[in-house]
Amino acid sequence: MNDMMQCDLAIIGTGIAGMAAAVFAANRGLSVVQAGSTGALAYTSGVFDVLGALPSETAGGRPTVVRKPFAAMADLFRIEPGHPYAGVPAEEIRAAFAEVSAFLADIGLPYQTGGDDNYRLPTPAGTVKHSWCVPETALAGCLALESGKPALIVALHGLKGFSSRQIAANLAEVWPGLQPVSVPMPGHTGGELYPEQAARMLETASARKALAEVVAPHVRGVEAVGFPAVLGMHRPGDVTRDLAERLGVPVFEIPTMPPGVPGIRLKEAFESALPERGVALFCQQKMSGIVPEPADPFVLRITGQPVEREVRAAKVLLCSGRFLGGGLAARQDLGIVETVFDLAVRQPESRSGWHRQDYFDPRGHPVHRTGLAVDQQFRPLAKDGRPVHPGLHAAGSILAHQDWIRMKCGAGVAIATAYKAVEALRRGR
Amino acid sequence: MQQMQTDVLIIGAGAVGTGIARDLALRGVSSVVVERGDINSGASGGNHGLLHSGGRYVAGDVHSARECREENELLKRLAPQCIEECGGLYVAVAGDDERYIADFPGWCEAAGIQTQSVAPADARSMEPALSENLIAAYTLPDASLDPFRLSLENLAHAKALAGSTLLTRTAVDGFELDRGRIARVHLKDMARGETRTVEASQVINAAGAWAGRVAGLVNSRVGTSIPLLCSQGTLLVTHDRLSERVIHRLRPPGDGDILVPGGTVSILGTTSVTIPDPDLARPSVREVDVNLTNGAEMAPILASTRYVRAYCGVRPLLADDGSSEADRDGRSASRGFLLFDHENVGLGNFCSVVGGKLTTYRLMAEQTVDLVCGRLGNSTACRTREVPLPVMDACSWTEPGRSAKVWVMGHASDDEILCECELVSASAVDGLLQDCRDIFPDPDLQLLGKRSRIGKGACQGAFCGLRVASHLYDTGALSSRRGLGAMRVFFQERFKGQRPILWGAQMVQSELAEALHCGLLGLEFPAPESPEVELSHE
Repeated sequence: MNDMMQCDLAIIGTGIAGMAAAVFAANRGLSVVQAGSTGALAYTSGVFDVLGALPSETAGGRPTVVRKPFAAMADLFRIEPGHPYAGVPAEEIRAAFAEVSAFLADIGLPYQTGGDDNYRLPTPAGTVKHSWCVPETALAGCLALESGKPALIVALHGLKGFSSRQIAANLAEVWPGLQPVSVPMPGHTGGELYPEQAARMLETASARKALAEVVAPHVRGVEAVGFPAVLGMHRPGDVTRDLAERLGVPVFEIPTMPPGVPGIRLKEAFESALPERGVALFCQQKMSGIVPEPADPFVLRITGQPVEREVRAAKVLLCSGRFLGGGLAARQDLGIVETVFDLAVRQPESRSGWHRQDYFDPRGHPVHRTGLAVDQQFRPLAKDGRPVHPGLHAAGSILAHQDWIRMKCGAGVAIATAYKAVEALRRGR
Repeated sequence: MQQMQTDVLIIGAGAVGTGIARDLALRGVSSVVVERGDINSGASGGNHGLLHSGGRYVAGDVHSARECREENELLKRLAPQCIEECGGLYVAVAGDDERYIADFPGWCEAAGIQTQSVAPADARSMEPALSENLIAAYTLPDASLDPFRLSLENLAHAKALAGSTLLTRTAVDGFELDRGRIARVHLKDMARGETRTVEASQVINAAGAWAGRVAGLVNSRVGTSIPLLCSQGTLLVTHDRLSERVIHRLRPPGDGDILVPGGTVSILGTTSVTIPDPDLARPSVREVDVNLTNGAEMAPILASTRYVRAYCGVRPLLADDGSSEADRDGRSASRGFLLFDHENVGLGNFCSVVGGKLTTYRLMAEQTVDLVCGRLGNSTACRTREVPLPVMDACSWTEPGRSAKVWVMGHASDDEILCECELVSASAVDGLLQDCRDIFPDPDLQLLGKRSRIGKGACQGAFCGLRVASHLYDTGALSSRRGLGAMRVFFQERFKGQRPILWGAQMVQSELAEALHCGLLGLEFPAPESPEVELSHE
């Protein structure tokens, strides 16, 4: 093969874990080749949870909302001793977030962390999400909800799944001063309005001016204005500030149904910024290979149109995600399998044990806690309990013993374990 | 407490109960149909949607086979809007009982059912999904039937003719007896907890698998006992339509031996598991696997195709040994039906109709109404053999593919598509709500799902559930936190059918759904902000 690439680290996967790992590795001077399909990243909410809820341990119980994520870790480990956070001290989770936040701020997507507390963030259904790290564009909404300040929620005609009346009706008890309004998007000719389309329209000052003009008459007696998360694609902070100036009150974004703009922003930002930092990033590509003998390097193959490359890597970090990302596959006959190296997956004995009967069972479904068991250096373990290969590490949602959906710890597990794994593999170089 | 009066109170809004309402209305008798859930909540909504030719029963139950054949012909003529005349193929594969295969055409002839032998190679060119191991094939006049549209139109006709009404989400709470008659029936609104009483000249128990329970409420001392065997049958819905015709395995009834087209999908069934209580019916992983293994012998593609859902119904079978505890396979029980006049316990205005099949629902209604009209002194003859079922446009949204056709034909550019899998638009939802307003003053997602294709595509409601809810708030149909509860109920119901088929692409789909419903929206919290569930760690 003529296009042989050499690197210190091959990262398989381009979700939040893979992207964060590339940042950490690049910052530490490692040469990186990374490949994956970035589809799943565009489906993320853009909100970075560390720990938002603890599942009930009993069928009749209720899940518990977490206000102070780091203080709640002890309770988490009591319920789920094998949770990946057990291998990452709280100060290192904070350090990992600080490093990713700095990177994102640098490329125009600043995030804000909540100190010891989770923020409370309004959702498009009118529920409240508890999250530790939110895009700066969502911050004014969290603060207004916290202080109970009256606010206006603006829906845009044709943007499906976002009803300001729904948000106001459902939040009425915790946020009494909410006023709903629905306005047409200036410049949109009618019919369906897609979030990405609206976001790109609002990149121009004239579109922002026109939108401010249709909203302004409704800004009476409110101290903040919330929009669906469509306030610009590349510099959302500038778009949000500009609208705030025009309306005379703080403006904030509320996430929309996936695929939403905040997820697409992250995808585009990582995809353009990582190569500038020396990461050889192959998007919409697969990287695969076999586990070599312990003393040998990995020889991997990147496949897809139009790229076809061979990669020789000293270390591999597997961040291939779960079912949606493609790192795990659920087989009717074979159970849950790991798709790149066919690693051992911790899972229930049979398919009957994957899900509980009740969709909203407060304990969550066992299938979401399946995945790879790892050692303290985040190296996947074989069935005999030993690392599969000294240079093979794994991070993110593919790890077992975490249910990111129910515990609201997706970005936290991704970023913290990527940090820890990169630290470990760097030392082992 | 509200009180109401009616000529006839019908308990159960399945095919039989709604068919009885229409039959009565055609004889000038008004009725109230009371239903604990919604239309077709029981077996009428949990079957294949097969209009039997009768071929399935020719070997052991020639009486049922004949009834099916006669009703099949009648319904094709009188309710064509509910039926796709796709035809049926009975096929045998290598290893199947050759004597059964050889006897089959003769049995069909004895029951008056038209069959035609087809060479295996020709059968495979008619239906490419069939196995290469085919050894025999016969065509029969099977068809597929939309059971939701059927019940909706029966009710709509009853309402138009005689002002008959439907009370859904309303359970029978008890009966008041007075000198050999049911004097009053107590009803309870399941959603609001309100109660009301109904005085009816005649009371008909058409509660399907729950008929034994209803009869037990009437007179627990005397015991209006009905020997029912509850047999759960689990079916699978494929992502795409796999055959043009109904395909039956040519052998004695067994698991995974029938594949029925349902518009744009196919339905594979079915199992037979005796359960103690119809409320416990849920499709299981084991039944799904059994259907797949057996079905693949007949059509190999069934082993690798994508499934979007499983569901089950409970066959209310008559336990012919008189014991409802019969711990045996429900397949041996008769598919015939029985009408209990309950005169043996001295009741003169109560009857129960149990057993039977979707295909024979009209005949069951006819015989029941003959009894009831006789008691009422009404001598009008049954007219459901001649009068066509009127076409109600409002009922047509249950038809697979209907939404897409209407949308393509004349959608306005600003009419949003709320269900993208099945192309149900905002204006269609508004129209359905308008039609349902009498029945459901409080709209919810379940009722829209039952009356349309919303939530029936690959995403199984994960996305359209949210979009429709938003639309209901936007149009003012919803205005309180109740909408969150409606979403939870809807997603829970869709999950019930997803759970046993979650592998491959559907697992990916369901992970995305749960990430949205729970990860982003936190719908697993019954009341997200209740102080007692917050953990502050201070």
